[in-house]
Amino acid sequence: MSGWIIAPVIIPAMAAALLLLLRRSPNLQRQVSLAATALLWLASARLFMLATEGDVLSYRLGDWLAPFGIVLVLDRLSAMMILLSGILASAVMLHAIRGWDEKGHHFHPLFQFQLMGINGAFLTGDVFNLFVFFEVMLIASYGLLLHGGGPRRLGAGFQYVAINLLGSTLFLFAVGIIYGVTGTLNMADLAGKVGQVSAGDAALLRTGALLLFLVFALKAALVPLHWWLPTAYASAPAPVAALFAIMTKVGAYAIIRVFTLVFGAEGGAAASIAAPWILPAALATLAIGAIGVLASGVLVDLVCFAVVWSMGSLLVAVSLFDARSLTAALYYTLHSTLIGGALFLLSDLIAARRGRWRDDLEPSPAMANATILGSLFFLAAIAMSGLPPLSGFIGKLMILDATRTSRAAGWIWTVVLATSLLVIIGFSRAGTTLFWKSEAVAGALEPPPPARAGSMVPAAILILGTALLSLSAGPVTRHLEATAQQLVTPQSYVDAVLGRPAPAQRTTEMR
Amino acid sequence: MEILVASAIGVLSAAGIYLILRGRSFPVIIGMTFLSYGVNVFLFAMGRLSVDRPPIITSDAAEYTDPLPQALVLTAIVISFGMTALIVVLALRGFLETGSDRVDEGIPKLPEPAEERLTS
Repeated sequence: MSGWIIAPVIIPAMAAALLLLLRRSPNLQRQVSLAATALLWLASARLFMLATEGDVLSYRLGDWLAPFGIVLVLDRLSAMMILLSGILASAVMLHAIRGWDEKGHHFHPLFQFQLMGINGAFLTGDVFNLFVFFEVMLIASYGLLLHGGGPRRLGAGFQYVAINLLGSTLFLFAVGIIYGVTGTLNMADLAGKVGQVSAGDAALLRTGALLLFLVFALKAALVPLHWWLPTAYASAPAPVAALFAIMTKVGAYAIIRVFTLVFGAEGGAAASIAAPWILPAALATLAIGAIGVLASGVLVDLVCFAVVWSMGSLLVAVSLFDARSLTAALYYTLHSTLIGGALFLLSDLIAARRGRWRDDLEPSPAMANATILGSLFFLAAIAMSGLPPLSGFIGKLMILDATRTSRAAGWIWTVVLATSLLVIIGFSRAGTTLFWKSEAVAGALEPPPPARAGSMVPAAILILGTALLSLSAGPVTRHLEATAQQLVTPQSYVDAVLGRPAPAQRTTEMR
Repeated sequence: MEILVASAIGVLSAAGIYLILRGRSFPVIIGMTFLSYGVNVFLFAMGRLSVDRPPIITSDAAEYTDPLPQALVLTAIVISFGMTALIVVLALRGFLETGSDRVDEGIPKLPEPAEERLTS
């Protein structure tokens, strides 16, 4: 059964190799890439069902025993994240095969390698292996970011590569320190060993844990480490930017995983070490993101800052590290990934229909499909800014409810609600400029842009996803509560990896 | 030997950080390289410094040195080497297309090429 766990890594890897061989026939390449993404989606759905049964499953690569070899671990959280990346990737792929993939070389192989890195990062149970999958993900993302070329992408690409190289170096320092003081890099093994670190090494352990936090915060675009995101995402090709919506979540996932499992409440000298740093940084992220949304003069910049802002909301909930707030954070993760991807796709659709105005927030003559596109943008803006009835509202409500008993509740509520207002203003101004003010502008767009309604399907799928997320909020929340429960009681994870039976745990999980 | 290795890591990291903060792409890349050399030596030292011991655990070996950091360093070297090659090419292309190798002037706001108009 546990052999399935490696499928989300193997499928994109094999597909990427196959796609490289098919580079002379773009049509076949599209079909194979689409089929591989669909297959990945099916495999992740299967894994999701396996994980829902409640047990944590581990897969030992090469059958090396647990603390020595590399393990892949499937629990509810990793299964959910893989399913999410499968859904997002399928929609993005549908969008990309409408023309973007032909703007440069090797789009499809890079796309598959990116998926391999993302899924591997979600599955791995080893800190160094996490580094390797981060690198796979980043190397593919460098290629994807530069897809299509142009001086703007080269400039943004240099900064993006430089900041991530620096992040990787810090990651290695952190891994080195943690290995030096504990003698292991297996996360489950670390969970037991960090408590036994001698008092003399406690400072080193804390340094290592915080360096690791710094790296994950860089990936999650936590202020003040967010400056790379708007530049990089705004210059990336639209489908790539939409796929990148899950990359920030990889950072958030890594924070949740490592700082509940290893440096959680029982982390010895480094117990709950990240929590006091996350909250102020997340509140600052909310503020910067919302101000950025107001200040943007281009739609794609606005979406980028909205993504930064949503990372702030997510990490506010993460910072408490209890079951209720993690449930809220996970719900918000699902919501913000889908809606972030949808908004990037929408801004591309809008830019493609407005001739020389592209996605600048200035009135232009009416664009093609303005009604449908306007409705989709309206729904996406409602969901992103957290107005009822879509999932953003439910997610935000859950976050506010979960933080009610926190000592910083006043701060959290004020900042979350005030920045939500700013984001609503930003989105409504953008929407009126793009869709309503066009009636005042005389003339028509030259040359008449193509008007194919089918191109809006991928964005509509993602928006439909957030609608479903709000309709089925009850079952989803119950599942996420079980997920969060699994996270705050990491013993079942440790037992699954190190191969000890856990009968008592199982009965509480199954309920 | 401890002093030598520790100060080497320190000097490499300090030089790397100084160079990364410079304003042109070439010093930044050299700084990255220094920093990755520093981290490689650091990872190596995390398996404890020992001389003339085999990195293989056999039944008759009285002492051994930790083989894991050596494997980690190998991976790290490969990755940082590839990344350095990529960023060199990127900086070169950026210089040729924009005529500037400044990294502190923001992203050039040049007009988008015509084929950028996506027909979706």
